Amino acid sequence: MQKPFRRWEGIGSRYMADDLNWAIGGEAGDGINSTGKIFAQALSRAGRHVFTSKDFASRIRGGYTAYKVRNAVENVESVVDRLDVLIALTQRTVEENMDELHEGSVIIYDGERTMMEDFEAPEGMIGLSVPLKRLAEDAGGAIMQNIVALGAACEVTNFPIENLDEALEKRFGDKGESIVRNNKEAARLGEEYVVEEIDHEDFGYDIETTDADYVLLNGDEAIGMGAIAAGCRFYSGYPITPATDVMEYLTGRLERYGGHVVQAEDELAAINMALGAARAGARAMTATSGPGIDLMTETFGLVATTETPLVICDVMRSGPSTGMPTKQEQGDLDALLYGGHGEVPRLVVAPTTVAECFHKTIEAFNLAERYQMPVYLVSDLAMAVTEQTYPPEEFDMDAVEIDRGNLVGEGELDPWLNDSEQFQPHFPAADGISPRTLPGTAGGAHMTTGLEHDALGRRTEDSEVRVEQVDKRTQKVRTAEEEGEWDYREFGDPDADTLVLSWGSNEGAMREGMALLDEESIDVRFISVPYLFPRPDLTEAVESAEEVIVVECNATGQFADVIEYDTLERVKRVNKYTGVRFKADELATRISEELEGPQEITP
Amino acid sequence: MSSDVRFIDFKSDKQPTWCPGCGDFGTMNGMMKALANTGNDPDNTFIVAGIGCSGKIGTYMHSYALHGVHGRALPVGIGVKTANPDLEVMVSGGDGDGYSIGAGHFVHAVRRNVDMSYVVMDNRIYGLTKGQFSPTSREDFETATSPEGPKQAPVNPLALALSAGGTFIAQTFSSDAQRHTEIVQEAVEHDGFGFVNVYSPCVTFNDVDTYDYFRDTIVDLDEEDHDPTDRDAAAERITDPETEYQGVIYRDEDSVPYGDLHDLGSNMADVPDGAPENATDLVREFY
Ligand SMILES: Cc1ncc(C[n+]2csc(CCOP(=O)(O)OP(=O)(O)O)c2C)c(N)n1
Ligand code: SF4
Repeated sequence: MQKPFRRWEGIGSRYMADDLNWAIGGEAGDGINSTGKIFAQALSRAGRHVFTSKDFASRIRGGYTAYKVRNAVENVESVVDRLDVLIALTQRTVEENMDELHEGSVIIYDGERTMMEDFEAPEGMIGLSVPLKRLAEDAGGAIMQNIVALGAACEVTNFPIENLDEALEKRFGDKGESIVRNNKEAARLGEEYVVEEIDHEDFGYDIETTDADYVLLNGDEAIGMGAIAAGCRFYSGYPITPATDVMEYLTGRLERYGGHVVQAEDELAAINMALGAARAGARAMTATSGPGIDLMTETFGLVATTETPLVICDVMRSGPSTGMPTKQEQGDLDALLYGGHGEVPRLVVAPTTVAECFHKTIEAFNLAERYQMPVYLVSDLAMAVTEQTYPPEEFDMDAVEIDRGNLVGEGELDPWLNDSEQFQPHFPAADGISPRTLPGTAGGAHMTTGLEHDALGRRTEDSEVRVEQVDKRTQKVRTAEEEGEWDYREFGDPDADTLVLSWGSNEGAMREGMALLDEESIDVRFISVPYLFPRPDLTEAVESAEEVIVVECNATGQFADVIEYDTLERVKRVNKYTGVRFKADELATRISEELEGPQEITP
Repeated sequence: MSSDVRFIDFKSDKQPTWCPGCGDFGTMNGMMKALANTGNDPDNTFIVAGIGCSGKIGTYMHSYALHGVHGRALPVGIGVKTANPDLEVMVSGGDGDGYSIGAGHFVHAVRRNVDMSYVVMDNRIYGLTKGQFSPTSREDFETATSPEGPKQAPVNPLALALSAGGTFIAQTFSSDAQRHTEIVQEAVEHDGFGFVNVYSPCVTFNDVDTYDYFRDTIVDLDEEDHDPTDRDAAAERITDPETEYQGVIYRDEDSVPYGDLHDLGSNMADVPDGAPENATDLVREFY
């Protein structure tokens, strides 16, 4: 077991947690993200589990940003309302985090900077003034002041600085040896300053390291890696937070595997390019967020009716309209399930963790080709911006299976030709799944259209053919329902009276929340649903529970509506639409309130 | 690609339902001939058609084809060609499809210079929706939605293309079958984005931009002293408000298509049975 970190002994300890919560905050442009990531990587290299989060715009005014790293020897999968060590480049960083700072929290700041000159740590906290800029200049340049702060943080947390060296090599390696050396030196100067000036016993945090090797990645990167693993070769997209990281990840990497990334002129072009690539036979994808989904909706119907396999990823953010672009929300469910005019067959898959983003992306490509249908792959901002550690085996490339569906080559056309020897791309097979030939296949030439069409893919308004084609497209959904294992992820006591349901990124917070509920003797069964259409039948689970609570980050409870529709039972709703994801303790409190009225649960 | 392909092979068994005399008949015939003459066959050809009367070519021709949503044909073509550079990609649609709802894509398709051709059937009217003014309609052209004319300047697609960095800009008249075919053929052969604006009269809803009008006014650049590789000369012709030109107006002989600039060559349709070789490198990057 891990040694719990010790708090400053002069002050009574409210928490004796196994996890350390660290953050760096300042103004946008201060290099907060890259510095935070370096520290996260160092912790990961040292065999600690890491879960990061980002604070973007301010609760007070714009500009403030912070990168937070929760880390422990045990797995961590949510954020908590507690900060133990904070590197504050601005006074506002402290103000923004007053709720999370506690007695004994250490605040590292540069007291020689004019803007921090008059800073005094709030009562009970330890203010640690380190001349970040001056020491950075000593090491070779003021630009390294954040690295000096990381060195100081190593000493404060008793974290071997060699781990930081490795992360610095990774970050600056391609900039040349001397840059790496200077950065290491900057970190040393920060560390030594703290050693000399302050007695470690004053704060006494102590980080335990392990021999474990972890990889550290976020949800967008996991989706990008999943896409390459699945054989995706064409990506077109238009930049939009929080989906841009998918495109940036793929840029350069997709090319290494024989593919290409196109930055399109807008989302209309993005989805139509991807559609073109898919018609040519490539596994193709586009990723966007809500506003882009709106623009893509017309073509989504075209993809579905032309029976083209395509993966369309929606990394949700707060809406409607431009909403709060850097804030969390799960508000697109209705649009994804029902969006578009007419009746559009589709599949909707929504990973619930960063690792699942990888696995479900691979699955999405197989589903798309197997059923020749568009697949919405749904993620959310919380997952997109969270970097999380996993053992590398989690992403086992040897386990990747590719299912290209009913693809027919030159020698295999005969069964699919009509009396005039014409290939029938929309042949109404019993399971609804038609044959598919790729351009270049001799004898397989065919057209298709967004107009209602016959088996040959040509426009028709013949009622019988219309019904036949609608039925065949609907049949594909039925076939998928029957063939697929649209299962769910289950945690806790299967016989508990209380059933909690959620989708998307709430899984981690809920899992940790369950431990807190358990301490209050509240027993729950938790089902996290990664398939939204088709989706698992939850009737039995809902009926056998006394209380059913649906947790989601939106105001109206779109998933709760779906559950009520499916099960014909009323459910309770725990919603959050502040723009911030659920935290474990908050979720536990909200659930216990739903069950037995107001009550506070502390972690 | 077989050399004995005839243009008739690109014809489907579906009889066109265009109004008798519609310019699109001639436009399509020229496209089919140009494809056959350049050694393509239906199995290696991908046609992307817009929405409009013009967009019906997807049905009347035989090849791999997609008839998509209104205004988005060009991005589809770009996706097809990028994914499989071995295919011959031809995109076609109306002036409304290309210069109104799809105008944004037009400019960017020109800039991207993907190796494909784009044939616009410009009838200066919305045909399929039965006679509203189009982006190329004259300022005083009276239609159901412009009783006194649109009172706005028509789009000059050739000028748009030139200013966006077009590498092949041409104009034809659908009833001059030979010249139309030759020029579309050049567009197909061009290394890059071969753009041809075709005067393709609508006999039902446009009584101004008629066969007679074009026949009487059109000036063939072949009979003029015009050097299509001279950009300034091209600009002069393109911005000349008095004359309707036919011919290759501009051609950049140094055009390098998008695919070459981005080292695209492989057919992306080839997907391995499992994760690609070296995929584990991607995991290692996250250490
Ligand atoms: C999103 C959308 N808006 C409107 C329409 C209706 N519509 C179909 S074709 C067309 C214009 C056709 O004009 P043009 O592109 O010039 O082609 P033409 O019929 O003249 O060949 C319009 C407005 C549509 N199909 N889709
Ligand atoms: S309406 Fe005009 S453009 Fe359409 S088919 Fe008839 S003549 Fe051709």
